[in-house]
Amino acid sequence: MSIWMIIVVVAYLCIIGYLGFRGYKTTKSATDYMLGGRQVHPYVMAMSYGATFISTSAIVGFGGAAGVFGMGLLWLTVMNILIGIFIAFWVFGGRTRKMGLRLDAHTFPELLGRRFQSKFIQGAAAVIIFMFIPLYASAVLTGAVKYISSQLSMDYNTALFIFSVIIALYVIMGGIKGVMYTDALQGTIMLFGMLALLILTYTKLGGVTAAHQSLTDMAHLVPAKLQAGGHQGWTSMPKFGAPLWWVLVSTIIMGVGIGVLAQPQLAVRYMTVKSGKELNRAIPIGGVFIMMMTGVAFIVGALANVHFQQTVGKVAIVAAKGDVEAIIPMYLQSAMPEWFSILFMLTLISAAMSTLSSQFHVMGTSLGRDLVEESMGRKQKGGGVLATRAGVLLGILISVYLSYIMELKFGKTGTAIVARGTAIFFGLCACAFLPMYVGALWSRGITKAAAIAGLLSGSLSSLFWIMFVQEKASTALLVCSKLFGTRSLAIQLVDGKEVFAKTGPMVWAFVDPLIIGLPIAIVATVLVSLFTKKTAAAHLDFCMGKKK
Amino acid sequence: MLGIADPWVALAYLLCIVSALLCLVWGIIKWNQDDPETEPEEEIRQWAEEEDRVGEEL
Repeated sequence: MSIWMIIVVVAYLCIIGYLGFRGYKTTKSATDYMLGGRQVHPYVMAMSYGATFISTSAIVGFGGAAGVFGMGLLWLTVMNILIGIFIAFWVFGGRTRKMGLRLDAHTFPELLGRRFQSKFIQGAAAVIIFMFIPLYASAVLTGAVKYISSQLSMDYNTALFIFSVIIALYVIMGGIKGVMYTDALQGTIMLFGMLALLILTYTKLGGVTAAHQSLTDMAHLVPAKLQAGGHQGWTSMPKFGAPLWWVLVSTIIMGVGIGVLAQPQLAVRYMTVKSGKELNRAIPIGGVFIMMMTGVAFIVGALANVHFQQTVGKVAIVAAKGDVEAIIPMYLQSAMPEWFSILFMLTLISAAMSTLSSQFHVMGTSLGRDLVEESMGRKQKGGGVLATRAGVLLGILISVYLSYIMELKFGKTGTAIVARGTAIFFGLCACAFLPMYVGALWSRGITKAAAIAGLLSGSLSSLFWIMFVQEKASTALLVCSKLFGTRSLAIQLVDGKEVFAKTGPMVWAFVDPLIIGLPIAIVATVLVSLFTKKTAAAHLDFCMGKKK
Repeated sequence: MLGIADPWVALAYLLCIVSALLCLVWGIIKWNQDDPETEPEEEIRQWAEEEDRVGEEL
């Protein structure tokens, strides 16, 4: 570790500390603590949304996945920009902001609860968030701390402790203002880091077309196991309907691409700005930001194959000894100049901190505001800020405990469970909240009972799929193998060999929970709406601004 | 195209750039434009602040 690295890290932490303190000084009410007083600048809002969305795992984990799957992952970037930013801000953002204001909602569960006049919905949504987000947070935390401890030559537990305490301080004290100010700075650092990475990579490999061509020419080097799964080269999509095609399209592209719309920690950001103008201004900032994050990570991840082939005569996944997450760090170490490692370390610390701070904040508001204050009716002084701060602290403790104990106690199994955290949370949120959220914003016909039916059927069906069918998750979670003696109900053992259940092109064990849970939740929501008591017209007029 | 073998992947590559440009152009055109459906937002905002204040005092 060089003296420069220490100086840069200390300076970075001082600025983060200052921004957190600024958030603290300007936070006076519950609206300040939860929504930044609904007056947040569009640059801060867009960068905060983007930086929260993009964690270390989006860069290192998914970048590594691009090293395996190739540039087909760029479809996820297209989804991220078009759905995650453009549709999200333009279509969802404006309505969410207005309805949130009319209903005086402070959190995502509160918006849904008040729209459907149901304390149960607010409470249940809060429970889902509070139960599952620690797993997502510990996935991000574990990844970040591993990277930091290796870069700064620190012990894993010491790094975990210091890193968590810093985030805890500015989230608990500064509320969403502390979170969003620091996010904006972190997002800006991430932007420079990724831009430098893209330019350096293309320059090194002889330019855009030459780099891609070298990757295309390596198609015959795809390892046999990947070829058997349908891999056709790093600049081609996998064979339609093959296992790798399902993983790429259903889990990576659709699961994450659509799942982003119903993420509570992201949706709450629309309510932090003053008017529709700010949302429009946030679109270009967010769009370019996301392209520079996932787009660059996927291009560089795929092109790492060319670098490793030229230097060590191996493709990326073989050079990384099968560890997908090691591809990007190894590439940086062997291909990038030394000054870049400092910039990139800050980029990754920023990516992790910005995601974590929002996760902790949303855990706190779920517990403090949604569960204790509203759902259980225990009103307190300050609109639930105290309970929210306690909730943030509890959420942090659970996440840190998970990051600490999982690897220590369960070894590789623990790591595998934590690694599934991001995908599990994304899928679960989409199935549980998306139909109800869309209904809340646009439909006068979706009833309270229907919203509850969608919430329960979506969350339960996706949880079932996660625990018992989707092989990646069910293998890691172990519940299926303990109960039924097989790692997935869609895999049968025939003469000691695994046979995957299929229906047409559907290889069930590789289908993402979203593909199953979301349609079930939509059908349940629509069907129950047909037979249950309609919401009072006056309430609907109020929510939707008297528009029939 | 661009040295990419599969037209679907090349399309994704181009769409990344095009969609980011779309966001950029959209933002520039709509820079000063609020939502078309105008409503007395200040009133609602004041009401929401009042609600918060009452709630916190309680």
